[in-house]
Amino acid sequence: MSAGSTGDLPSGELAIETQGLTKRFGHQTAVDHLDLAVPHGSVFGFLGPNGSGKTTTIRVLLGLAAATDGHARVLGQEMPAALREVLPRVGALIEGPAFYPFLSGAANLHRLDAADRHAPSATRRARVREALERVGLSHAAGKKVRAYSLGMKQRLGIANALLMPRELLVLDEPTNGLDPQGTREVRSLVRSLAAGGTTVFVSSHLLAEVEQICTHAAIMSAGKLVAQGTVEGLRRGGEQRVTLTTPDLGEADRVLRGLGLSPAGVGSAANGMVTAPLADGILPEQIVAALVAEGVRVRGFAVENSTLEERFVALTGEGFDIVQ
Amino acid sequence: MSSKQQAVRARPSAGWALLGSELSVLFRRWRTWAMLAALAAIPVLIALAVRLSSRDPGPGQGPPFLDRVTQNGLFIALTATVVSIPLFLPLTISVVAGDAIAGEANLGTLRYLLAAPAGRIRLLAVKYAAAVAFCITAALTVVTAGMLIGVALFPVGPVTLLSGDTISVGESVLRLLLIAGYVSLSLAGLAAIGLFISTLTEVPVGAMAATAVLAVVAQILGALPQLDWLHPWLFTHHWVGFADLLRQPISWDAFAANALLQGGYIALFCTLAYGRFASKDVLS
Ligand SMILES: Nc1ncnc2c1ncn2[C@@H]1O[C@H](COP(=O)(O)OP(=O)(O)OP(=O)(O)O)[C@@H](O)[C@H]1O
Ligand SMILES: [Mg+2]
Repeated sequence: MSAGSTGDLPSGELAIETQGLTKRFGHQTAVDHLDLAVPHGSVFGFLGPNGSGKTTTIRVLLGLAAATDGHARVLGQEMPAALREVLPRVGALIEGPAFYPFLSGAANLHRLDAADRHAPSATRRARVREALERVGLSHAAGKKVRAYSLGMKQRLGIANALLMPRELLVLDEPTNGLDPQGTREVRSLVRSLAAGGTTVFVSSHLLAEVEQICTHAAIMSAGKLVAQGTVEGLRRGGEQRVTLTTPDLGEADRVLRGLGLSPAGVGSAANGMVTAPLADGILPEQIVAALVAEGVRVRGFAVENSTLEERFVALTGEGFDIVQ
Repeated sequence: MSSKQQAVRARPSAGWALLGSELSVLFRRWRTWAMLAALAAIPVLIALAVRLSSRDPGPGQGPPFLDRVTQNGLFIALTATVVSIPLFLPLTISVVAGDAIAGEANLGTLRYLLAAPAGRIRLLAVKYAAAVAFCITAALTVVTAGMLIGVALFPVGPVTLLSGDTISVGESVLRLLLIAGYVSLSLAGLAAIGLFISTLTEVPVGAMAATAVLAVVAQILGALPQLDWLHPWLFTHHWVGFADLLRQPISWDAFAANALLQGGYIALFCTLAYGRFASKDVLS
């Protein structure tokens, strides 16, 4: 899977596009020649281990930090030059929510909405109420943010991104700190926004979740883009695996090795499972035929694509230590 | 999508809402009211001390004008202003101005304001306008509290000016408000310095302390005769020079000189703040 292939959309249809985007802090390169291509209308998962440069990229895209090198275009316009035209069309959650603890949730939204000259004051009250409703905070609207829980603040942060109709939502780890209901709610929110034509750019560590809601994804590692494309394509880019259920573990193992595979067995002798990565040039039906020919009792046989998580680990490494 | 695009792009407002929001945040903070209450307490404490003590202050004793308080309560406002100028007023201004950008950075709300987008120049302008509003409020608080407590505890009558002329109570009040304006102007220069320092850091307490220290250092330098060549350039140079406003007819010389000096400081430090903030990476 090469970086840059993003399905079949032409490059004019990109909601976010970066070329050689680089951001250095002193001599540390946080983002290293990033070529991102986020198609219009996609739900784009932006993945990467801690410290891989996701938030830094988002800051540069939103004009909060200046790129050291390279170009970024958001909604078809050069950033940060077109910041004033672009940002009113973008809703953002950047590295977690941040609010005035001495103001209520609603008052906080009023303030941030007042900062946007494109947000009409006549509808402010109604839009704040609606945004709070969408994230399930109506009952806590009058409560001081000081008294909010982590998840409530996170919901308020998402509400802030939804104050105006947006063409692009940039959500940096939106489900951080949310309870299962909140997580589900965010997932369905993202789906409904995407159905309405909004492009959603969401950074996350929760790969299962990204797999569920995203159409596209990119994987970062130590500031570099290591993979980008449709989620389907990314998964396919990984190896496939065969899983065999059989009581004849020993025999199956011998047959699979004979075919050049490297199987690993689990389970009891009565009904064990063998899994093996599918090697190039061997078709699943050949494996079954060989097994049956050798008298192995095949009780189950499946070919599985690797999960996004496996792809992620394969691309970004097993190690737990932060890569610098 | 295109209709949505148009809805979003339709006629941006003038952006006064942000100033309104800034002022409401400033004056909804408990801290702001605590500082104003402390300022109001200064004339009250002075008045009570004079009222409750058995002997009147002798001529020339204590802070300026204190000896005249027992004859005319309006002088409390004047005494309290003179007492507050070196430290208490600059301290409160340092808190508000030093907090302007650094406080938002510290809370993390700066990134959301800029992503809204508030616009960096507009945000800076709004922050400075709010700081100036606080300067005016602070000066008025001292003067008004002084007048009120003076009226409550002492006799009030026509005031004899430094020039020997006497003016009515009504005009005395106007003169006191004029002095509040003079003090606000003096503090506006300090607020610009505080705003600049506030763009340098994400630690609001640091910006507040640095601003307050500058105000004190400038006054110390202003008191050293060896540095008299420097004195006209210090932003504190005219801080207590409002005696001209107590002459008949009013002499505007000190007001004009102060306006020129503070105008220079405001222009310089607002430009520096802009230069720093316009290109700064917001990483908080
Ligand atoms: N203000 C800063 N000064 C110096 N280095 C920074 C700064 N902010 C981030 N970095 C560095 O940039 C790199 C990328 O950080 P970034 O916050 O973008 O990571 P991330 O992918 O968002 O991580 P996480 O998943 O933990 O949120 C890290 O190595 C970090 O140390
Ligand atoms: Mg991050």
